[in-house]
Amino acid sequence: MSESFWDWAYVWQVLPELVDASVVTVKATVSGFALALIIGLAFAIARMIGPGWLRQTTIGIVEVIRSTPLLIQLFLLYYVMPEFGLTLDAMTAGVLALGLHYGAYCSEVYRAGLEGVPKGQWEAAVALNLPPWVTMKRIILPQAIPPAVPALGNYLVALFKETPLLSVIAVLELMQTAKLLGSESFRYIEPITLVGLFFLFFSLVAAALVRALERRLGRGSGRVAR
Amino acid sequence: MVHFDHVTKRYGSLTVLDGLDLRIAPNEKVAIIGPSGSGKTTVLRALMTLDRIDDGVIWVDGEPLTHMRRGDGLVRADGKHLRRMRSKIGMVFQHFNLFPHMTALKNCMEALVRVLGLPVEEARQRAGELLAMVGLADKQDEYPARLSGGQQQRVAIARALALRPKIMLFDEVTSALDPELCAEVLGVIRELGRAHQLTMLMVTHQMGFAREFADRVCFFDSGRIAEQGPAREFFDAPRGERTQRFLRAVMDAG
Repeated sequence: MSESFWDWAYVWQVLPELVDASVVTVKATVSGFALALIIGLAFAIARMIGPGWLRQTTIGIVEVIRSTPLLIQLFLLYYVMPEFGLTLDAMTAGVLALGLHYGAYCSEVYRAGLEGVPKGQWEAAVALNLPPWVTMKRIILPQAIPPAVPALGNYLVALFKETPLLSVIAVLELMQTAKLLGSESFRYIEPITLVGLFFLFFSLVAAALVRALERRLGRGSGRVAR
Repeated sequence: MVHFDHVTKRYGSLTVLDGLDLRIAPNEKVAIIGPSGSGKTTVLRALMTLDRIDDGVIWVDGEPLTHMRRGDGLVRADGKHLRRMRSKIGMVFQHFNLFPHMTALKNCMEALVRVLGLPVEEARQRAGELLAMVGLADKQDEYPARLSGGQQQRVAIARALALRPKIMLFDEVTSALDPELCAEVLGVIRELGRAHQLTMLMVTHQMGFAREFADRVCFFDSGRIAEQGPAREFFDAPRGERTQRFLRAVMDAG
């Protein structure tokens, strides 16, 4: 056995390519999650104050998305939608799938936050004659979102860890890049281990950022801890 | 000013207002008392459009509150009509309902900026004047959580006055306060009644205050006015047996 178990030279050789791929992974995560935050909020608001038909439709959509695997949604968007005239490049399809899937989960988090705002706040807004969208934006959301931040943060990390799924539609993110490198050199142990370390590193960074944000929101609200 | 014309409100099978007739004159101060569940808070909530009435019409300033004239009849009002009617009315709640993420000043500015569309500087000045009026000029930058109950309720009164309503509704505004904090809130209300042309409706358990401050007292029982009259007369010589029993129970309790 001339080959060692771990080849440092190979590590240095593939590292630049994996760093490039990690940029793709982070991009997919950030855009996917930004989309999830927006879609989730739209779902939650539609479900709370929308007219009856919209409420029912939203509940249905959220239930379908949450009850089917992300992998299937990814395939649908990338391979099936072209049949209906909607052709997306791999990255767009990936971000859209992540955004929709996690948007459905985020909407439940927002919903809990919205329902946690006391009824008296809505009533005070009516008594002050504030228009509905002002009430939502200025009174309700600023109270509903801070308590939702920890749970939303968990979904950020979860979404990030699911980005390797995008390798099945050939997005050149970390996992796909590692697999390609492995198939060229027949050495998988270094690229896959490195990918694992990348994920560990970014997950820890993201978790720290979410905690910092929580602390800031907690302080900014001016509420006294009880 | 306000006229409840045969107003009925039901929660499921429970009738909280049962064909209520009530007329309130401009500038009149009316105290509403009665046992819990008698519908007294619902009167205020219906007037603030927080509760939908099931039957009858509420008239404010000669206009139907939650209806619009359409031909010869009345139809349910749209949002625009409701907003116009609501602008005549302000309400103060039992649990203050201040916006916890805004300072006292911002609480009072919100409607000035978002409803009246005043420039921020002008709103800030007007909100500052309102807070000074309720004796809280020095607390304008505090968040509600850092204020005592009595101070919070005074901020809530200032906030409700911001839009210069003609009618002010007070829903058990001292019930959530420690007794020693009630006086400062009642003092503010007394001063308001003295210095401003305001029609006031208050649901209260403070019989002493009702007697001294109100022009008229309405005793509610089972969704109707069981007895009403000028405040002193009402308390000194209640006629109905139910009224006498209620007043005796309240006096014994406090």
